[in-house]
Amino acid sequence: MILDHQLPIIFAGLMAFSVLVYAILDGYDLGVGLLLPMDNQQQRDKMIASIGPFWDANETWLVLAVGLMLVAFPSAHSIILKALYLPTAILLIGLIIRGVSFDFRAKVIAHKKDRWDKLFKLGSFIAAAAQGYMLGMFVMGFEVSLESVAFSLLSAAGVAMAYALIGACWLIMKTEGELQIRSVKWAKNAGKVCLVGILAVCIINPLINSFVFERWTQPPLAYLIALVPILCFAFFVIGYFTLQKLPLKDDAGCWLPFVLCTAIFTFSFLGLAFSFYPFVVPGELNIWQAASAPESLRVILYGALIVIPCIFAYTLFSYRVFWGKVRDLEYH
Amino acid sequence: MADVMLLSRIQFAANISFHILFPAISIAMCWMLFYFRVRFHISKHPVWMRIYRFWVKVFALTFAMGVVSGITMSFQFGTNWPGFMATVGNIAGPLLAYEIMTAFFLEATFLGVMLFGINRVPPWLHTLSTFIVAVGTSLSAFWILALNSWMHTPTGFEMRDGVAYAVDWFEIIFNPSFPYRLGHMLLASGLTICFLIAGISAYRILRGDNKKAPNLALKTAIFLAAILTPLQVVMGDMHGLNTFEHQPQKVAAMEGVWETTNGAPLLLFAVPDEEQRTNHLEIAIPKMASVILTHDPDGQIRGLNEFEGKHPPVKPVFYGFRIMVGLGMLMLFSSWLASFFLWRKGALAPWMLKFFVGMTFSGWIATLAGWYVTEIGRQPYLVSGILTTADAVTDIAPENVGVSLAMYLSLYAFLLFAYIKTLFYMARKSVEIEEYDAAEYTPARTITLAEASQ
Repeated sequence: MILDHQLPIIFAGLMAFSVLVYAILDGYDLGVGLLLPMDNQQQRDKMIASIGPFWDANETWLVLAVGLMLVAFPSAHSIILKALYLPTAILLIGLIIRGVSFDFRAKVIAHKKDRWDKLFKLGSFIAAAAQGYMLGMFVMGFEVSLESVAFSLLSAAGVAMAYALIGACWLIMKTEGELQIRSVKWAKNAGKVCLVGILAVCIINPLINSFVFERWTQPPLAYLIALVPILCFAFFVIGYFTLQKLPLKDDAGCWLPFVLCTAIFTFSFLGLAFSFYPFVVPGELNIWQAASAPESLRVILYGALIVIPCIFAYTLFSYRVFWGKVRDLEYH
Repeated sequence: MADVMLLSRIQFAANISFHILFPAISIAMCWMLFYFRVRFHISKHPVWMRIYRFWVKVFALTFAMGVVSGITMSFQFGTNWPGFMATVGNIAGPLLAYEIMTAFFLEATFLGVMLFGINRVPPWLHTLSTFIVAVGTSLSAFWILALNSWMHTPTGFEMRDGVAYAVDWFEIIFNPSFPYRLGHMLLASGLTICFLIAGISAYRILRGDNKKAPNLALKTAIFLAAILTPLQVVMGDMHGLNTFEHQPQKVAAMEGVWETTNGAPLLLFAVPDEEQRTNHLEIAIPKMASVILTHDPDGQIRGLNEFEGKHPPVKPVFYGFRIMVGLGMLMLFSSWLASFFLWRKGALAPWMLKFFVGMTFSGWIATLAGWYVTEIGRQPYLVSGILTTADAVTDIAPENVGVSLAMYLSLYAFLLFAYIKTLFYMARKSVEIEEYDAAEYTPARTITLAEASQ
């Protein structure tokens, strides 16, 4: 039997899980949008075809994450989104522009397609950067000062770059030929910047949040958790050498960069989650203070236990249907 | 505070008005696409595939518009209306969560298969995916309308220290106004796509497209509209009676009844005056409002003056209701007249085609007018009797809301323009293409070109 005080932990876990899945899944399709080369329409078509069947469901993870926060931790939802009111509005505008460009580009007169592609790229950038900015502000405890804005802008660039990285890794896996070679190049460049970005957050986060510093340095947990940055760094190194070799004969290992990148995302996220748990608003509000009534959480949980496995099942089904290299744009 | 409230209300109204345009199409359109697919499976005639392939493109565009405009909603509850979740979050939360979990993922995932998988999965699986997307969109309507209806007619809960707690989920979901609102909205969606399909098809025919596909689509849409409009009239009437029972002040505003009256007249037109609490320029049918609402010519309708200070602003509700009903009547007569011509002559005269082009987006206007009636009609409450709109609003700086509102409005205006323009462009483009192409035969290689053109 689940006790009342365990419910907020479970929901915090579910919410964190949704955020992570969102960052990986929508991360790669936002990244593909960021990377759209304006000099080559054929490659753009291929790239967009590779994310076509997935982007909509990927974005639903954001709705789930925000929805879970809304229903399980309503006061946190309100505090966080009020503090981030304008960045949120900008994020939404970015997502709207991107989502509709995707469909408009396939339907308008040929010469207008370029314009929608540009909007697609711009929308992807706005959405990615806004998310990075919001993450930065979250880490800085929503304080509005020159330093925190500067840090958040850095974080905006970092998240955009991380999405570009996972997008490039996705393309290495899903494409072949010239576009694949180009994607390897993109991944190499984005990877370097990402590594610098992650190191910067690792240093700055504990310096500004004293509770984070304590948590990461207090044994015995600190020894165990030290594995997270070490493994993360190791993945970068393996990834770097893999990218030097790709593409290989028979396309061996084309999936490896994407898997490594997913692992990097997961470990970076774990690091952040470990830093802030059990706070939903850093230093202010923990998950028990923010939680909804247990009876309502229970009703959602029972549904979630049945429905989420189903979501996994048909998501896998969809990835299986579109398995392998992307074919020419076969819209509808 | 007042400014934030006004701006937040305008912003929420703008967002949800823009959003509902697209679900209003996609809910019923997906069932229509499923119908086209099934007709194709049965008849093996490529014309059904051709119709499917044209409208699935419209559906894809519409669905994308609906998804992205819908995401903004889940953020605004917290940013602009924190009091909503703080007071009724224990009820609204699970309903929203179930909508996301059972509907959003389902429709989004199978939409991918439906739009991009036609050459990757067997035809039956593709048709099944279309069916699942249709189920998903309708499920989504089910959950969100359950929540919306609960906000109008809350049941199955108790208040403890000013916060609502769920007592009986069955009563919460199947609250008194829910079945009528759901039926009314689903039929509204059906009518919206009937007139959309009829309008675009008529436009193609007027442009010289005499292929089979637009003519058949036009016929299908008009016959369906002729069936759905009378159903909608009955459903609307039942919904009205339900509102009369549970929210009499809303009906009083809809009918423009100030004083409690026995045998109230039906106002075809009037100018309600809230200052003097009376109507000007009335054109009325005596006793008709009482007949409609109480089924008794001398039945009593409670007037707005009984609810002074607790009734909605009268003008928008009063006019919104007349716009909705007026369009409904126009839909009824035009679909019946056109059905008659199609039945007797097999085609429509150019003036009728032009009329239907003009009616292309009539469903949107009627749907919006109807939503304005019901939502403004609930004011000053956000949740009837529990929470006023003023108590739920945020405390963020009005400038911030002003900035976000300006951004949303300009983006929405641009997108709406692009959407409508693209729809007509797609229609024009399809005038010039061949009757059928190879792809329309692929899923069912049992028919030859020669057979199909007979």
